[in-house]
Amino acid sequence: MPHEHDDHNAHSLLPSEPALRVRALETILTRKGLVSAETLDEIIDVYAHKIGPHIGAKIVARAWIDSDFKQALLTNAESILGEMKLAGRQGEHVQVVENTANIHNMVVCTLCSCYPWPLLGIPPSWYKSDAYRKRAVREPRAVLAEFGITPSQTQSVRVWDSTAEMRYLVLPMMPVAAAGCDEATLARWVTRDCMVGTGIPKAPQI
Amino acid sequence: MSQQKPHDMGGMLDDTIIISTDSRDDEAQIFHEPWHARALAVTLAAGALGKWNLDASRFARECLPADDYKKFSYYEKWLAGLCNLLVTHKLITREEIKAGTAESAAPHDRMLKPEIVSNVLANGGPVRRDIAQKSQFEIGARVRTKRISDTLLVPDGHTRLPAYAAGKQAVIRDCHGAHILPNAHAHFRGEAPEPLYQIAISAAELWGENAVAGDEVILDCWESYLEAVR
Repeated sequence: MPHEHDDHNAHSLLPSEPALRVRALETILTRKGLVSAETLDEIIDVYAHKIGPHIGAKIVARAWIDSDFKQALLTNAESILGEMKLAGRQGEHVQVVENTANIHNMVVCTLCSCYPWPLLGIPPSWYKSDAYRKRAVREPRAVLAEFGITPSQTQSVRVWDSTAEMRYLVLPMMPVAAAGCDEATLARWVTRDCMVGTGIPKAPQI
Repeated sequence: MSQQKPHDMGGMLDDTIIISTDSRDDEAQIFHEPWHARALAVTLAAGALGKWNLDASRFARECLPADDYKKFSYYEKWLAGLCNLLVTHKLITREEIKAGTAESAAPHDRMLKPEIVSNVLANGGPVRRDIAQKSQFEIGARVRTKRISDTLLVPDGHTRLPAYAAGKQAVIRDCHGAHILPNAHAHFRGEAPEPLYQIAISAAELWGENAVAGDEVILDCWESYLEAVR
């Protein structure tokens, strides 16, 4: 075979069905003592049940009602999140960027799928799609329109391409209708997409 | 200039709708198939063996044959990249892959144990480093991004400068301190930390005069990706 010794092609020896490919690798690695099945279950449990956008939503809600916290978050998110034990894998270095009457922020990773895991969990499929990766930098306003967002006349669009280990979280504007809500209720207005910049806060379903 | 790789797709024309209305509810799901979760977990667990770093694992995915990169779904790319790293680093063999199994062995010294998973994930792996070297560019300075080929330390190697942003005028917005340089780290040439800058490139500079004035793209670029503009 022409590619027998090419390091970039060993994967072609795996079964054609993806689920069987994972099973084959998992079997080989567990038998060789390189990974343990319990470890895999534990990792899945963390990302399926523990870490997700509810964490980022709490941060946003607190920033909406606590201006000192908000200032600290905008100037040095890394130390604040570190103190809160929220600077884990794929979120060691975070910057929070604020939407204002003049700026609408949105986040992409054109080269792969970088995303602030400790605050939002595993990225959704659309964030990892070729279409989003290609289009977000080139025609952000058309992309935003697909997500139902039209920036106002005064708003510039600022797209953050996550090219290094800096991770970006959008701090959306608090809707006028949410004024007066307590922190826990406010957190329910904050969707995953609005922290990526492709959504706006929505009144929680009762 | 080296050929643009398939992963470097930012700014390419594409009229695909990003999410259709029907699939919107489905987007709340974290793992669409059970094997997606297994693929993520096995990739993280194998990474913990310490034979490669995050930059090397990104590079492994970027090196997939172009046809595979385009055809594979997200986690299929992860699996293929992982498989190739496992073989390159001699953790598994081609014969074992063909057989779909291996001789049983005692746990590896560095095998990630289930009881420390939460801690390992919560601690992450910071990449900022203290360096003596002073950063070359001031905030507000005008710079130009280099050509892709001028950022590579290894021919056809890894870089985090996207093609659409190469050779463009930019302004320094901030400096994040020194970060590990992926262009070296992906190839096991040490961490080689360099100042990492946040730069702004106007949409007009990137896409021409039809772009909306004031719109811009922000990227993080290492010092060796940039040159001064007089």
